[in-house]
Amino acid sequence: MTAPATSAEAPPARSLSGPAAQLAVQLALVAAVLAGAFAVLGPEQFINALTLGSIYALIAIGYTMVYGIIELINFAHGDVFMVGTFVSLALLGTLGFTAAVHDPLLLVVLLAGDFLVTMILLGVVGVVIERTAYRPLRTAPRLAPLITAIGVSFILQNLVQGVPPYFGYGPYATNAPQIFPTDAFLRVGGTNVPVLSLLILAVALGLMITLQLFVGRTRIGRSMRSTALDRDAAALMGVNINRTIAITFFIGSALAGAAGVTYGLQYGVTRFDLGFQAGLKAFTAAVLGGIGNTIGAALGGFIIGFIEVGAAAMGQARWGPAIVFGALVVVLVFRPAGLLGQQVGERA
Amino acid sequence: MNAATAPAPAVETAAAVLRLSDVNTYYGAIHALRGIDLEVHRGEIVTLIGANGAGKTTTLRTISGLLHPRTGTVEFEGRDISHVAAHEVVRLGIGQAPEGRRIFSRLTVVENLLMGGFTRSAAENHEQVEHVYALFPRLRERAGQKGGTLSGGEQQMLAIGRALMGRPRVLLLDEPSLGLAPILVQQIFEIIGEINARGMTILLVEQNALQALSIAHRGYVLQTGHVVLTGSAHDLRENEMVRKAYLGES
Repeated sequence: MTAPATSAEAPPARSLSGPAAQLAVQLALVAAVLAGAFAVLGPEQFINALTLGSIYALIAIGYTMVYGIIELINFAHGDVFMVGTFVSLALLGTLGFTAAVHDPLLLVVLLAGDFLVTMILLGVVGVVIERTAYRPLRTAPRLAPLITAIGVSFILQNLVQGVPPYFGYGPYATNAPQIFPTDAFLRVGGTNVPVLSLLILAVALGLMITLQLFVGRTRIGRSMRSTALDRDAAALMGVNINRTIAITFFIGSALAGAAGVTYGLQYGVTRFDLGFQAGLKAFTAAVLGGIGNTIGAALGGFIIGFIEVGAAAMGQARWGPAIVFGALVVVLVFRPAGLLGQQVGERA
Repeated sequence: MNAATAPAPAVETAAAVLRLSDVNTYYGAIHALRGIDLEVHRGEIVTLIGANGAGKTTTLRTISGLLHPRTGTVEFEGRDISHVAAHEVVRLGIGQAPEGRRIFSRLTVVENLLMGGFTRSAAENHEQVEHVYALFPRLRERAGQKGGTLSGGEQQMLAIGRALMGRPRVLLLDEPSLGLAPILVQQIFEIIGEINARGMTILLVEQNALQALSIAHRGYVLQTGHVVLTGSAHDLRENEMVRKAYLGES
C-alpha cells in the first residue's frame, strides 16, 4: 500500500492486530527460533544450519507464493531449483571457470552475473511452465493441475539428463564450479565463520527483504495480494489476473534459481534428482511456516535447516528427514494452518 | 439526503450508455442468459429484478467482462465490449460492487479503497477517497480496520465506495441490500439515490423489488434468462404480475 495515503487516513492509535504489529510478532518469532538454535547448536553448526536453511527458505518462498495466488502445490518447483543449479554450472563452465577465483573484482562480477542470469532464465522457465502447463487448467478440477505439476517435474528432470552422451548431463552427479573460495574464513569471537556462508545468508536475506518490500509497497505487489485474496474482485478493480499470476511464477522461480546458484557454490555438486528431496523439504518448510505466508516460508526453511544440521552434528544425520517430517506432523496437529498461517475464515 | 432519494427525472432522449443486444451467455453447458436486450441511459437508475437464478448476476458479470457472451453484443458508450477482459472494462468506466460484496477481508478499509482506485494515480485516489468518506462517514472511522471485521452494512458501503474509487461513469450494484437489517437497507438505498442524483448512471440488481422500484427510473424483470417485462418503475409497480410475483401481494 502507498504509505503516505495510509498513514494520512489511518487512526492515530494502531491496534495490536494492525499489519505492522503483526509483522513485528512474526519477525520476533523468527528471531526467537534463531536464538534458540544458536543456543542448542553452538556457533559453528549454527552457521551451517543458517546456510542450509537459507537455501530451503528461498525454495519454500516460491512454493508459498504460487500456492497463495492459485492454490496449486507446484510439485515441479523443486525441479526448477535443480535446473537452477545446472544453469549456473553451465554458465560458469562455458565461461571457463571451474575452480575458486581469487581476484576479488572478477569474483564479484562473476557472482553478480551468475545470480542475475540464472534468476532471469529460471524466471522465464517458470513463466513458460505456467503459461503452457497450468494456465490451460486454471478452471479445471484441482487434481488436474496437481498431476500436471508432477508431469512437469519429470519433464524437467529428463530435459536436464538429455540423451547422453549427446547432450545433457545424464543421470550422474555433476560438479558445480565452486568459484567462491571455500577456505576463506572470518574470525568472529573465537569462531571461524566461512565467508561463503555469510555471502549466502546475505543474498538470501537481501532477496527476502526485497520481496517483502516489493509485495508490500508496489503496485504489482498490491495486484498480487488482491489476486491471492479474491481473484474476481481483483479483476473488477482492474488487476490483470493472467499477468499477475505470470509475475508470481517469475519471482518464485527466480528465487529458486538463486537457491540453485547458492547450492552449487556451497556443495559443489548436483544431480537431476536433486529437486525431489530439496523440493519436498522446502514444501514442508512452506507448510510448517503457514502456506501462503512468505515470512512463514523463510521461518520454516530455517527450522528445517536447524533440524537437519542438528541431527547431523549429533551423528544422527540419517534421522534428519524423519525429524523434519515428524516436526511437520506435530506442528500441523496443534496449528493446522502452520506457525504463521492465518486461522481465520477467508471471506467476509 | 431525503430530497436526493426522489428519482431525478430521466432524460428520455439520451442515447444508451449501456446496451445489451440479444446476449446469450453460458456457464459451460448451461444456457444462463437467453437473448437479453437491455438499455441503460445516462443518468438513469435501471433495476433488474427477478428470482434466484433468473440471470441477474450473470447479466452484470457479462457486462463487467468476468463472463463473455457466446452470441450478441454488449456496447458501452457505443463501443462493443463483449469480449473485453474484466480488468480493461474497469478502465473504460464501468465500476461494480459485486454480489456478496467481495471485500478484501485481510486488507484494511483504506487499502480496500485504494484497490478500488487501482487504475488511478495516487493523487487521484487521494482526492477520491475524500469523496467516498463524505458519502460514507462510517468508512473514515473504520479506515484502519481490516475489511473482514466490518459489519454487513459497513461492508456494503465499502463495496460501493471501492467501486466509486475507479471513477466509473456507470455503476453496477449487485444485491446491495442482501443480508442487511431493514434500517440499513433504507440507508443504503438513500445513498444510492444520492449517488445517482450527482449524475451517476446505475444498473441495480435486486431481490428486494419494492425498494429497487422505489428509487429506479426503469426496470427489467428477468425469468430464467429472459427479459419477460420492462417498463418505467411506476408501471412495473402497478403491474399485476410483478405485484404477485415480486412484491408479495396477492
